[in-house]
This record gives sequence, structure tokens and C-alpha cells, in this order.
Amino acid sequence: MMRYIIKRILIAIPVLIGITMLDYLIMSLAGSPLAMMQGPRVSQAAVEAKALQLGLTQPIYIQYFTWLGQLLHGNWGYSIKTYQPVWEMISQNLGPTLLLVGVSLILGFVIAVPAGVYSATHQYTKGDYAAVTLSFLGTSIPSFFLSLILVYVFTVVLGWLPSGGMTTLGTGGDFWDVVRHMLMPTAVLTASFAGSNIRYIRSSMLEILQQDYLRTAKAKGIGRFLTINKHAMRNALLPIITVISMQIPMLIGGAVVVEQVFSWPGLGLLTMTAIMNRDYPVIMGVSLLSGLIVLLGNLLADILYAVVDPTIQLK
Amino acid sequence: MRREPPPSGAPVLLSVKGLTKYYPVRQGILPHPVGLIRAVDGVDFTLHRGETLGLVGESGCGKSTVGRQIVGLETPTAGEILLNGQTLAEGLRRGQRIGHIRMQMVFQDTFSSLNPRKRIGDILGAPMLYHGLVTHDTVWAEVDRLLELVGLPHNASNRYPHEFSGGQRQRVGIARALSLRPELIVCDEPVSALDVSIQAQILNLIRDLQSELGLTYLFIGHGLAAVNYVSDRIAVMYLGKIVEIAPAAEIFSSPQHPYTKALCDAAPVPDPTERDRERLVLVGEIPSSMEPPTGCRFHPRCPFATERCHQEEPALCYRTGADEAHLTACHFADSLLKEGAGSPT
Amino acid sequence: MAKHSKQTLEEQNRSYLSTIGRRFMRHKLGVISLYFLCTLLLLALLAPWITPYAPNKLVGKFSSPPSAQFLLGTDQVGRDVLTRLLYATRISLLVGFASTAIATAIGVVLGLVSGYFGGWVDMIIMRFTDMVMSFPYILLVLVAAAIFQPGLWNIILILGFVDWPGVARLVRGNVLSLRETAFVQADVVAGMPTRHTLFSEILPNTIAPILVYATSVVALSILDEAALSFLGMGVQPPTASLGNMLNGAQSITILTTKAWLWVPPGVLIILLVLSINFIGDALRDAVDPRNIRQ
Repeated sequence: MMRYIIKRILIAIPVLIGITMLDYLIMSLAGSPLAMMQGPRVSQAAVEAKALQLGLTQPIYIQYFTWLGQLLHGNWGYSIKTYQPVWEMISQNLGPTLLLVGVSLILGFVIAVPAGVYSATHQYTKGDYAAVTLSFLGTSIPSFFLSLILVYVFTVVLGWLPSGGMTTLGTGGDFWDVVRHMLMPTAVLTASFAGSNIRYIRSSMLEILQQDYLRTAKAKGIGRFLTINKHAMRNALLPIITVISMQIPMLIGGAVVVEQVFSWPGLGLLTMTAIMNRDYPVIMGVSLLSGLIVLLGNLLADILYAVVDPTIQLK
Repeated sequence: MRREPPPSGAPVLLSVKGLTKYYPVRQGILPHPVGLIRAVDGVDFTLHRGETLGLVGESGCGKSTVGRQIVGLETPTAGEILLNGQTLAEGLRRGQRIGHIRMQMVFQDTFSSLNPRKRIGDILGAPMLYHGLVTHDTVWAEVDRLLELVGLPHNASNRYPHEFSGGQRQRVGIARALSLRPELIVCDEPVSALDVSIQAQILNLIRDLQSELGLTYLFIGHGLAAVNYVSDRIAVMYLGKIVEIAPAAEIFSSPQHPYTKALCDAAPVPDPTERDRERLVLVGEIPSSMEPPTGCRFHPRCPFATERCHQEEPALCYRTGADEAHLTACHFADSLLKEGAGSPT
Repeated sequence: MAKHSKQTLEEQNRSYLSTIGRRFMRHKLGVISLYFLCTLLLLALLAPWITPYAPNKLVGKFSSPPSAQFLLGTDQVGRDVLTRLLYATRISLLVGFASTAIATAIGVVLGLVSGYFGGWVDMIIMRFTDMVMSFPYILLVLVAAAIFQPGLWNIILILGFVDWPGVARLVRGNVLSLRETAFVQADVVAGMPTRHTLFSEILPNTIAPILVYATSVVALSILDEAALSFLGMGVQPPTASLGNMLNGAQSITILTTKAWLWVPPGVLIILLVLSINFIGDALRDAVDPRNIRQ
């Protein structure tokens, strides 16, 4: 088991390096990433004077390693706009995004799995059609449109929920305040996440239910409930894990739009602002971080895979 | 009922020397080779023009791998394949047609041997067109001729593989092999996947085509009866090596290798009085081809094995007292022959 | 090579495509969606001729509600909303199909090469695919949009270059299993050139799943373009896009009082994407290989 985990980690390392290289390459289209790290307070002349010392005159690949070294030391650059260290900005905004994305992930899972399983086991019933329709709607409604509608209904018409931000201005921001602010953005994210997953889960459950060994179990007289839940679930879990882990990048991306509409102070908002302002150091930092998060997510999924299905280690 | 064997002295078409194929086995976190699967381990034989050599053995003995190496689907780890005395590379240099085209293959699985999205006519015609054997004007006539040759109606060329039965698909496979006018056809278990009643039809087709067109076959199979039906000579393989090679009739009448004897005895005989005949029954299972037994590979299962068998690998050669064309790889072939093998000494 | 076959085809009608077509027709939703989509396509193509006004001309008062003269009212600067809606649909459809075409082309080629040749080539291509897939999608697009100025063709190219990993993975998987089939090996034995084997034997056998996947890519591209334009990083005004028409709704006044400005584009996106998804779903059932064989 440990060997398998080590193997997966070893495979992830080149991908990690690749991500940093990709990030570096993309940013170098906009300028010199190493220069971007110095921070705008330093005047152009001073930068040039120090260029030799900083290694800015070196060829690109050497700059890459210097840049990488800086990253590992905690220097992720300084924002062009606010002069804050990028790392600081990121760590400030990371929490809210993780909260939003995390809760949506869990809620989406909690909704999608039972719905998908129910749908597969009760095919062609009203419940099935309802679940599938919801699923289609979830994936077809653009998140920003859904956000607008929710705001219209719940803020403008009903006045129940605040339209943006994480806490109400002026107050300390207690738990319930945050929850109230969180309801709508979470709903939007959960809707799209659950929507796409219901269909995957449904179809993979269907495939498994049709397999022969389940028919044998039924023939042997094992109760339907047990059959489904014990035998089928274990095998169904695999594609579910794959699909969910593949969606993590989407979730992070989806958060960008939602945070923008609801002014939720997370990484997404940070990114959008940075992009509007062409604040390259911040953009650089955020893309790197998201790449890392996704990589970790995939690694976790691989390990979960091995826990659920030990035979996968042999492949 | 045996057909006329080719006149003796027919030239050698195919010559295989020391053919070897090893597959590395990789394991570990950073995959590194930990062993070798010795699928084919030094195989020699010759094939004369116009004859059929049967290659027989249990699953995993390497016979299919031999066939695949000959037609170029696998690259040999070592050894030579000579067609008309030249290696394939040499033949290319001398401007002859690409070596592979001169040898074709009939596959075992009739389901997957034809592209389900293509019509029979396309399947048969495309290679001929590509190699310039026909032009756009003449291709249909040629396709019809091929279909006729294998006993299929002309309208088959418009239809898709799934519209035909297994036996009919195999006929198409044979037609395809014939279409490029090869000098040698390797038949890789062509009837193993068919119903018994159809097997006879296809085997007859294969034989008739040989008489008509003067083809040379390497016929690979695991059932001695089917192989015997079409072959002039038979080579028996075990664990990557040939253990016996002889004219077909002699394989049955006087097998020299214990393994061959066991195979022959295992073939069902329709005569009820023979029900209680003495049979040589093998014990044990086929060992892994990663670690073949030392000495004679067959010794762990051989009822006649001695210490010498454990130590020394027997060479495939002619044994005194037998026909010159009959080669065996067993230390005791001579004595077994004399005693009429049946019970251990 | 097909001239031989015309009559027999009509008689027997057993070709692969018609089987799929027949089975597709059984899905009511899919068929309805197909009609809807085609109608929309037609309207979009004919937009220059059937719209009463030009999309960027100021023709009326600011933000006037729907009336007989302007069926969907006018926007903040006085342009006819209905006209802009139609033109915006053109844009969305264009982006959807064009970027999918690019992504599919790249993905198919890479997948074929990677799956067929294996070894180092496969490993490098797959690692590269992993890398691109690991980047959160929107981020990649946003960053690219930030560096290269946003605009219609840039968006198409960017989306195309970001969507191909899924296709490549899918194609590679299919190629891996097809590579070992006897008919591919027969091609090798027959000395057929590799390009023939790849494009004439392997590709036709994977087209079905590629097509199904492509429909979801189209839907996704349309949604992404809308989101990007909504954020201001996509199609730039004055060109109308379903996304940037919704941009104004971020202000509470417009949201509350001027529904005709933002509801129609949103609803249209939903209908468009929904119908593409239904078509894709029906297609998926129609090409299911378990039911194709007799």
C-alpha cells in the first residue's frame, strides 16, 4: 500500500514541475517573471542596476530556477497594485474560497450520490425523471445567470438574504451572518456540481446493476437493499471518485464567477481583480496555487481509489 | 485421406534459425526488468514450397508467437528468418516486394479480424489497390474472383462483417490473405473459434486452395486432429521449444517424444473398442515460461525422466533407426522407440 | 469504391449510420432539441436579413421597455435588444462550434499518436495532458485572456487549446484497445502505411464516442464564452454576446426594473445549452455499442 502511494507521489512530481514550468512560461509571455517578483516600489533604474545581481540577465531557464528558488523561500512576489506580498494576499483569501468550495463539494456529493443511486435503481419512475431533469438543468444554467436570479428572488423580492460579501458591514461577522451570506453562492456552486454528477453516478450505477454477479447475488436471495448497497456501491464508488476528482478544477473555476457576482472575498475575486488590473505577480501566484490544489486533489483521489479497490495497485 | 505431398526436392521457401522471443517483466516502483518470459527459445525449422507444416502445442507454448514473428507482427529477440534464402532486409534492398507482403496471416478471431465499419469489398480491395496489384477499374473484378475462390457470393462485397456467420467471416479472412498473392500463409488457429461442423468446411477450403494455387502454409493449432488434417509435416512445441518434428503420419504412428505420445493419446478415437487403450497421461501443470525447468524442459512432467534429463538439455536431432526427416529432442528417443513407449522403464 | 454499392444500400439499409439515426429518432427530447437547434442556427445565419435593425446602431430611447416597435425593448444605449439577441446567438454558436472543432482536431491527433505508438511518445503526451488538465480550467482561460487581449477569435483559440485534453484521453483509450484487434494487425501484416491504419481503420471506430463527447464540449464552450463575456474578458462590446448582454444586470436597478435586458439572453443560453445536452444524451444512447451489434 505504501509502495503504491509512493509510486503515485513520484508520478505526481514531474507533473508538479510541469505545472511550475507551464506557469512560468505563460507568465513570461507577459514579462519576466523574475522581474515581477521584485515588486513595483523598486524603480526601473534600481532594477536594472541589480539586474546582474538578481540574475535577470541570465537566459530564461536559469531565471526559471532562480524563480523557483524564490518560490520555495516564500517569496511569491509583490502585487503591482497594493504592494502587498502575494503570499500574504493569497493566504488571506484562501480561507473563504476553501469554505465555499468545500461546503459545495460536500453538499453536492450528499445530494448527487443518493439521487444518482435512487435514479438508477428506480429507473423510469417519476423520481428518476425528476433527478435527471434537475441534473440537466444544473449543467445547462450558467452559474452567473442562476446567481442573478437568486439575488433577484431572495434579495430584491423577498429581502431574506444579503446580495454580496461575506459578512455584513460593520458587524463582527458571527457564524449565522456568514451562513446567510454563504447560502446563495453555495447554492449556485452546489447546483452545477450536483447536476453534472447525478448523471455520471446514475449511468455508472446502471452499468454495475446490470452485471451478472449482482444477478447471482439476487438469485441467491440476498435482499435487494443489501445487494445494492454492499456489492454495487463498492464498485460504483470507483467511477464516482474519478469523476468527482476530475471536477475539482471545475469547482475552483466556477468559484471565480460566483465570487465575482457575490463579492465573496476569496481567491476567485482576488484573481478577477488581478486580471482586470493586469497584476501579473498575483495572477502568477494564484495559478500556481490552484494547480497545486488540483494536483493534491488528484493524488488524494488516487489514494482513495486504492483504499476502495486494492486491486488497482496491481495495474 | 492424405493428399499428395509435394514432390521431394521442392525448394526451401522459409528457413527459421534460432528464433527467439523474450518479453521483459517489469516490476517495482521505478519499473525495472525483473525477469524474462521466454516465449520462444531457439526454434529451427524449414518449410518447403508447396507443403504445409503444422505447429502444435498447448496454450502458452509459443506457437502463435512464432507465427507472429514470421509475418512481422513481433520483432525477434534473436534468430533469423530467411525467405528464399534471404533475410527480409536483404530482399528489400534487392528491390523485391516488401518482405511482409510475401507472407500473410489468417487470424483466429473472426469477430475482430474484420473492421466492422467497412464493407467486405473495401476490406479486400484496399490493400490490393495500395500495393498496385489492381487499378480502380479492375479491383471489383478481382474482389469477385477472390470471393468465388473462397466460396462466397459476389454480393458479399457490399455487406458488412456483422451480417455474416463466423465461418463466412473466416472465408473473408482467407480471401484477404490470398489477395496479396503471398508465397507463404501463416494460419494462426484459424478454426479454433468455430463450431465443429464449420471447422471441417474451412479446413477443406484451406486444403483445396493449396492444391489449386500451390500455396505454402504454416498451420498453427492446438488440436492435433485439425492440424493433422491439413499438414504434411508436424512440429510439436513445448514451452518455447520444438520437441519433435516429423512427417504427419509418423507423428501418430511412431511418436518419439513422450509429450507427443501424450498428445496423440489424448486425441479422441471414435472406435469404442479403443476406449480402454493404454494412454500416456501427463501429470502436473505447465511451468512458468519465466523460469523454465533446467535440462529438458519437459522433465518435471515426464514419466521417463532421469537424472540426465534434469541436467542436460536434449538437442533436436535425428535418432538412429527412425526416418531422416524425423527429429526429436529427447535423450531416450531411441530406446523409447524400440520398446514402443507406453510404460516407464 | 462505393459506387458498386448504391442499390444494395437502399435495399437493405443496414449501414451503421442509418442504424444510429434510427435509434436517435426514438428519443423525443433529442429530436425536439435537434429541431430547435436547427431553427436557431437558421435564424442566426439569416440574422443580417431578418432583423429589423442593425445590432450596434442606436435606434431608440435608452432602456425603453418592449413595445410594438422594439419587440424586446432597447438597451442602455438605445440599441434594439431583439436584434442584438440574434446576433449574440450567432456569436455563441460560432464560438461553441469553432472552439470545439479546434479542440477535437488537436485531441484526436494527439490521442491517435499517443495511443498507437506508445512508449516515450505516449508518456510525454500523457504527462502534458495531465498538466493541462490540472490547471483549473477557468483560470487558464482567464490568464490567457489577460495576456492576449480578449476578443472573439482569441477566445475561440483559447477555448480550443484548453479543451483538448478530454478528447485526447478519450481517443487514446479507444486506440489502445483497438490497436490489438485482429483487423488492425491484418493491416500491419498487409504492409499498409500507418496513416491508413490510423485514419481509415482506427478512427472510424472511435468516431461515435468522440462525437458524443464533442457535444458536451460544445455546450461547455458556449457556457464558458458566456461567463467570460459576462466578466468582461470575452467578446468585447459593442459586439453583442449573450454573456456581455447580461453584464449590465450586475447593477441592482437593471436587475429589478429592466428585466427585458437580462432575462432573454439568459433564457436563450439555457435553452441553447439544454438542447445541446439533450442531443448529446440521445446520441450517447444511439451509439451505445452494446446495442449496435445485431
